[in-house]
Formats: sequence, C-alpha cells, structure tokens
Amino acid sequence: MNRLLKLAMQKPEMAAALLLVLLVVLFQVRSYGIFLSYDNLRGIFGFLPEMGLVAIGVTLLMIAGEFDLSVGSVFALTPMTLAVLMVMGWGFWPATFIGLLVAAVVGFINGWITIKFEIPSFITTLGMMFMARSMTVVVSGGFPPRPDFNQIPTTLFVSYVGPGQMFRSSFVWFVGIALVVHILLARTNFGNWIRATGGFLPAARGMGIPTARVKIACFIICSLLSGFAGIIQVLRLGSPLPSLGIGYELQAVAAAVIGGTSLAGGIGSVIGGIIGAALIRVIDNGMVMSQINSNWFQFAVGGMTIFAVVGNAWLRKRGQAMKVETER
Amino acid sequence: MSAPIIEVKNLHKWYSGVHALKGIDLGILQGEALGLVGDNGAGKSTLINLLSGLYQPDGGEIQVDGRPVTIRNPKEAMSLGIETIYQYNSMVPIMSIARNLFIGREPLTFSIGGIGWLNQKKMREDSVKAIADVDLHLRSPDALVGELSGGQRQGVAIARAMHFRSKVMILDEPTNHLSVKETNKVIGFVKGLKAQGVTTIFISHNMHHVFACCDRIVAMALGRIVLDKRLEETSIDEVHEIL
Repeated sequence: MNRLLKLAMQKPEMAAALLLVLLVVLFQVRSYGIFLSYDNLRGIFGFLPEMGLVAIGVTLLMIAGEFDLSVGSVFALTPMTLAVLMVMGWGFWPATFIGLLVAAVVGFINGWITIKFEIPSFITTLGMMFMARSMTVVVSGGFPPRPDFNQIPTTLFVSYVGPGQMFRSSFVWFVGIALVVHILLARTNFGNWIRATGGFLPAARGMGIPTARVKIACFIICSLLSGFAGIIQVLRLGSPLPSLGIGYELQAVAAAVIGGTSLAGGIGSVIGGIIGAALIRVIDNGMVMSQINSNWFQFAVGGMTIFAVVGNAWLRKRGQAMKVETER
Repeated sequence: MSAPIIEVKNLHKWYSGVHALKGIDLGILQGEALGLVGDNGAGKSTLINLLSGLYQPDGGEIQVDGRPVTIRNPKEAMSLGIETIYQYNSMVPIMSIARNLFIGREPLTFSIGGIGWLNQKKMREDSVKAIADVDLHLRSPDALVGELSGGQRQGVAIARAMHFRSKVMILDEPTNHLSVKETNKVIGFVKGLKAQGVTTIFISHNMHHVFACCDRIVAMALGRIVLDKRLEETSIDEVHEIL
C-alpha cells in the first residue's frame, strides 16, 4: 500500500491531474453548472486537439532532453504550404503530404544542427521559429490563400462525428495519436532509448544507444505533430493566417511542464502533456464561463506553470521520503 | 590462463594536442583480474575509452582473442564481450532497475526494423534473477536506480554485464565516493567475477582496493606503463614509489 502511494506521488503528472479535477469542480460551481454542460464541453473538446497535439510532441522531445521553440511557426507553415499548393491546383492529399513533409524537414534540420554543431536546441529552434514564420508569410504572399473547401474531406478532420455529435473527428485523431505516442514511449524499446537519452546522456551513449538518431527522430515527430495540429486548426477555421500559432511554442512548453515533464529531460509522460494542455484550455474556457475578466488568462497559465512545478517537486520529495526498503 | 583475451600493441592516442597514450603494449590474460592504477591524466581512462569504443586510437592495434579488431562504438565493444562500467554514468537514475538492466538490449516480443514491443515481464524476471546472481538482494525491479546507494548501483551494473555474459569487464573507479562497507561489497563483486572466470580490469586511485582483489598490477604515468607485475611480486609501497 505504502509502495503504491509512493509510486503514485512520484508520478510526474500527479500534481497537474489533481489541479485539473480541482479547477473543473471550481469552474462548474462558479459558472452555475454551465461549465460541464453539453455545449460547453463540445467547445472544449473541439479546441483541445490543436494545443494537445503540439503539447504531446513537445513533451516527447523534452523527455529526450531537447527543446523546440519552432512548433508555433511550423503550426502555421504546414497548413500554409497545404493551402497555397491547393490554390495552385494541387489535390488535398498530395498538398497535405508536402505540408507534412515540410514539417518533417524542419524537425530534421532542428535536430541535425543541434547535434552536429553541439549547440543548445533552444538556440537552434529559436532561430527556426523566426525562419519558419518568415517563410509562412513569404509563401502566403501576404494574403491568406483560400483553398476550395469542397475538395477537402472535412468529415475526416474537423466535422462533429459519432453519437450525440459530442466530438469533432479531430478529437479521434488526437486520442489515436496520443495513444500511439504513449505506447511508443512506455512500451517499446525506442521509448526506453528516448528516456535514457534524455535521462542521462552519457549512460545512454555508453550502453550503445544511437542517441543522435533518437533525438532527431523526436525532433521530427514533434514537428510533424505541430504541423498536423496546424492543419486541423486551419480546416476548422477555414483559412490559414500567417499569424497562426504565435505563442503556441511557449504554451506547449507550459503544458508539458505543468504535466510534470522535466526541463532537464528524462522525466515526463504523454498523459502529463495532455493534462497540461487540458488545464490551459479549461482555464481559458472556465474563466469566460465564470465571468472572470479573461485578461487574467495568461496570468493564470503562468501562475499554474510555477505552481504545478513546485507542487510536483514537493509531491516527489514527499514520495521519495516515504521509507520503503530497497534491500531485502 | 593461456592466451591474452585482449592485447593492445603500440597504442597511441592524442587528445586536443595532448599525447595521452604514448605507445601502450599490454596483454590481458583470460580470467585475470588486472588492477590499473595511476594518477589523474596518466592515461587510464583514455585506454579504457579506446577499449570500450568511445574513441578510436590514432595508432597501434587492438586484438581480441588474437584477432585484430576495430571497435567503432560501445555497441561493438559489447558484442565483442567487453563491457565497461563507468564511475557514475553507467545507469540512468530516473529509470527503474529493470529498464536500466536492458538499456539498448531490450527483450522484445515482436519488432519491425529494430523497433518493437518490450517484453516487460521478461525484463522484470530476468533482472530479479541477474541481481540475485551477484548476491545483491533488492526488493523490487521497479525501484528507480536513483534510489539505490552507490554500491548497489555498481552491483546492478555488474549484474547487467554478467547477465549479458561479458567476457571482459572494465570497472572505472567503481569504489569512488563509497563508504567502507559499500567498498567491501564492490570488492566482493569483483572477487565473484573472478570466481566465474570473467576477466576484469579494475581501475582505481586507491591501492588498497586494487590490492584487495586483483592478481596483477599495472601502473601508468604520463601515457606510459611504468610498472606491470603480478600481485605477489610487488607491494603498495613499490607502486607508490614509482608513481
């Protein structure tokens, strides 16, 4: 029993999970029951995949011990590429493929430069953040392209689906991708390598793990997920603006960190990143529903980031301090 | 105790302008426990890094079982049966014992292109057994390595090497920063390896630790071997004198 409690307290996403429950209850009371109503939940679940997918990618990369500030720009560049190609007469699928390819290439360049030149990924991706944003504006030509929406299978991506029309199809993608990444991280040897690489690079290298390739793969996955999230948002909104996703890079980091991911690498989980993203969405929406001045939104996200990390550290310490003999 | 299991001939290595190894000749016999001593910067770690595949020599030859080999990375060293346990960095503290034991060599239930599903049941069972085999008794394979003491960590690292049937085990300063009790435990592990016929290279600053468990002493200074004697032919004082 003690052992189980100890393990639970040391789970990195514990503080955020508790906080999420607390806030949901709080907002439900403050909004006189509107917060958990059918219509409002529909709205939250419709938004969540976009931030959530970015957060999953950033979380994975942070576990591998690296960082990506360019996700917000890739979030714009990918759908912009797609839309511009469609306006040029390309079909939806080939244009999507190229859009995602661009995202993957950006991820690869981020990783390759970081590793090849041994510079902090903070710098590489900060540079890439500006470059990809600039490219987005350039390819758009300054005007948001208007692809023909009749050609786009919106049912597959953003329409409300299923019984009760509760979820958009983007939510199905989100859950599916989250599951795949979670399994990759928790149940495969590749996940073991990611954690070891981020957890303690010299040991991972000493045990013969191809750490450079592991990191580059994580950069690519992170970039791809951001690009895909951008596509979903554009299909929901109808037209890509060059300013899409500005600020997402830091929100995604906040989500990952709130969910218990360590900036130092190694520690974190996909579910934690999702909880973090959900928390941000819940605050955003809950404040409106509770008629709180929504200019406090950023304040709340910031405060929570700090609070969650402090809370996590405290829980983990308390967990570690619980005496459980290691030796038999 | 016949032919050398590892033999290096005229080994040279330069590190950013420094001649770290100046022509090392050394043969390590099968089943031997060799103590490698010397001051910081004497070239001990450099020699080890070449044997474990972290770096490549700038000159000379490494032979394993009488055949010349090129050890390009740690993985190749391991497949030759050479396993290195570093001072601090052989384990990932934030991962469980079971996961640490199989880093890079995970048992898989199925895989595509080298990536596959972990066999977690086997990992846990095998790690419990491997740890018990080196006479270390830990309650759970799910405990984080970071929660273990320094001596226990060395024990797990040795258990890992034993589990993968390493022929040569290189221990880089395994007794650094350990209490007396823990040090004795590690020395016990090394003696256990000898009993099982594993060739051991034990690197340490501490003569007493080396003399407690090795049967041959090699001392290095300034990139050269300055002493190479069997334990019974030398003494701590003599080694100190030379260094």
